[in-house]
Amino acid sequence: MVLVREGIGCPYCGCSCDDVRITLSDDGKKILDVENACAIGTEIFLHATNHHRITHPRIRQPDGSFNEISYEKAIDFVATAILNAKKPLMYGFGSTTCEAQGAAARLMELGGGVLDNCASICHGPSLMAFFDNGHPTCTLGEVKNRADVILYWGANPVHAHPRHMSRYAIYPIGFFTGNGHLRRTVIVVDPRKTDSAGTADYHLQIEPGMDYELINAFRMVLYGFESDIPEMVAGIPKQSILEISKVLREAKFGVCFFGMGLTHTDGRNHNVDIAISLMRDLNAVSKWSIMAMRGHFNIAGPNMVWSWSYGFPYCLDLTKGEHAHMNPGETSTIDLAIRDEIDLFINIGTDAAAHFPIDAVRHLKKHTWITIDPNMSMAAEIADLHIPVGISGIEVSGIVYRMDNVPIQYRKVIDMPDGMLSDEEVLNRISERLEELMESERVKAEVPDISLQKGISPAPGFTQSLI
Amino acid sequence: MIPDNHFIMITQRSIEEGIAMEKGKQSKEYFDACSVIEMNELDMLMLGIEENTPVLVKSECGQVVVTAIVGLQILKPGMCHIRQGVWANQIVPCRTQSTGVPQYSGFPVTIEPARDRNVLNVYELLYSSLGVTR
Repeated sequence: MVLVREGIGCPYCGCSCDDVRITLSDDGKKILDVENACAIGTEIFLHATNHHRITHPRIRQPDGSFNEISYEKAIDFVATAILNAKKPLMYGFGSTTCEAQGAAARLMELGGGVLDNCASICHGPSLMAFFDNGHPTCTLGEVKNRADVILYWGANPVHAHPRHMSRYAIYPIGFFTGNGHLRRTVIVVDPRKTDSAGTADYHLQIEPGMDYELINAFRMVLYGFESDIPEMVAGIPKQSILEISKVLREAKFGVCFFGMGLTHTDGRNHNVDIAISLMRDLNAVSKWSIMAMRGHFNIAGPNMVWSWSYGFPYCLDLTKGEHAHMNPGETSTIDLAIRDEIDLFINIGTDAAAHFPIDAVRHLKKHTWITIDPNMSMAAEIADLHIPVGISGIEVSGIVYRMDNVPIQYRKVIDMPDGMLSDEEVLNRISERLEELMESERVKAEVPDISLQKGISPAPGFTQSLI
Repeated sequence: MIPDNHFIMITQRSIEEGIAMEKGKQSKEYFDACSVIEMNELDMLMLGIEENTPVLVKSECGQVVVTAIVGLQILKPGMCHIRQGVWANQIVPCRTQSTGVPQYSGFPVTIEPARDRNVLNVYELLYSSLGVTR
């Protein structure tokens, strides 16, 4: 008899769909079928039990090959590396649970390093804009039940968030939106005629990198300066701008979903900043919300966990010991890498080797590179030490935050292969080992000598204050 | 007349890349999905680039050989798209405008036919870029 699990959360994009149905083999060890998930989510579930898994940590040999070692040795290697590093950096967390993100914060606070997450190459500028200009937002439930105008700006949900339109934004029949997509107006702003643009009522094919100018034009219309707008702004005719402005103004409940089109191009946080200002202006005459199309199923998680722990969502510099410090451009992963300020890189729950510009990878690879990841990613391929862990959301339960910052409890579907650990367990055990190593350093330093008699601190101040 | 081979590059996600990535970055599907550049048909004609032939793409910080195809999602002339991944990141500039985010989209590149060049597989590309042997 086959086993069926319902209400399972999908570990792919920020939609964090929690209605997936999984069919397991009789012994509960193999995933046979996946229902309700998108093509990418389905592939993640099927891939989990359909390929050879690496179940032991592997360390790089002098000849370049990998050698299997025990978890204890691997944990000791990482703890020692953190102890000896001047400025370790731990980056990733898009595909981990909030529990692991909390454990990582404990570890890097102890080790005095930099803690960063995938928002650093994704929606980091959006977070900066939220600091500067506020964040008038709502939940995806409100979108489904109330929204009658949907504006996708620089986002391509058909490809990057495949169920966003069908589950939340356009097609579902909600409480006040009984006719589903028939009564919703969809606007897509994108320089390409994407597949998402193909589903829209209006597609504004904007010139690349001109988002700020176009949003400004909409604001001018709202403020009554439409006669001052030139005939063409950012490749969009004035007539279209006036027409769309009318749609925006007359929305009963509009939602702007924005993606990498704003944060990866020139302007970055300023693009998001002015989009928020447009929402504020629209809220004088209508009701509008704005939401970032978060990429990973729990990339909003580290932003939340570290915000309540330290006050900052990403680019956390914990090297000062007594207080956290955040300054994108200075404490962000790519900038730290390019300036060669990092002497230990720990990649967790992401693939920096495939998704960073190659110059940044080159710089990071000069030093010890440790990867904590279930899969044989490129970051695992080039690592000095690869620690495999259970797959969050499939083999490991935990809390995840959806793109609208709603927390969801994910339940595991299958067990990890025997003897494996979760991210959280690995990180906590590294912290425990690091505490032991720091304690023995402290004891060594406390052996009476002349410096002590003179009242000079025996150990580095930061290490001392943490203990 | 020398054809203008300057373009604006966008590197973003596609569903083909997403599915292939979950199959594994060493898979043939990932190679097929990510080692291609999507272009406007007119631009390809102007530059004498035939579909499914290698082209050399250069940016301010690097270069990569990828296979040219007509854009599945329509691009205006002057624009091109490589799906995010190992090939795209060979040419993505690291400048972050003090936000931490590199210039993944909207940076200038040049494209030229490179029939005599091979598109490297993911391992060859990564290891040659890092200057190490596997």
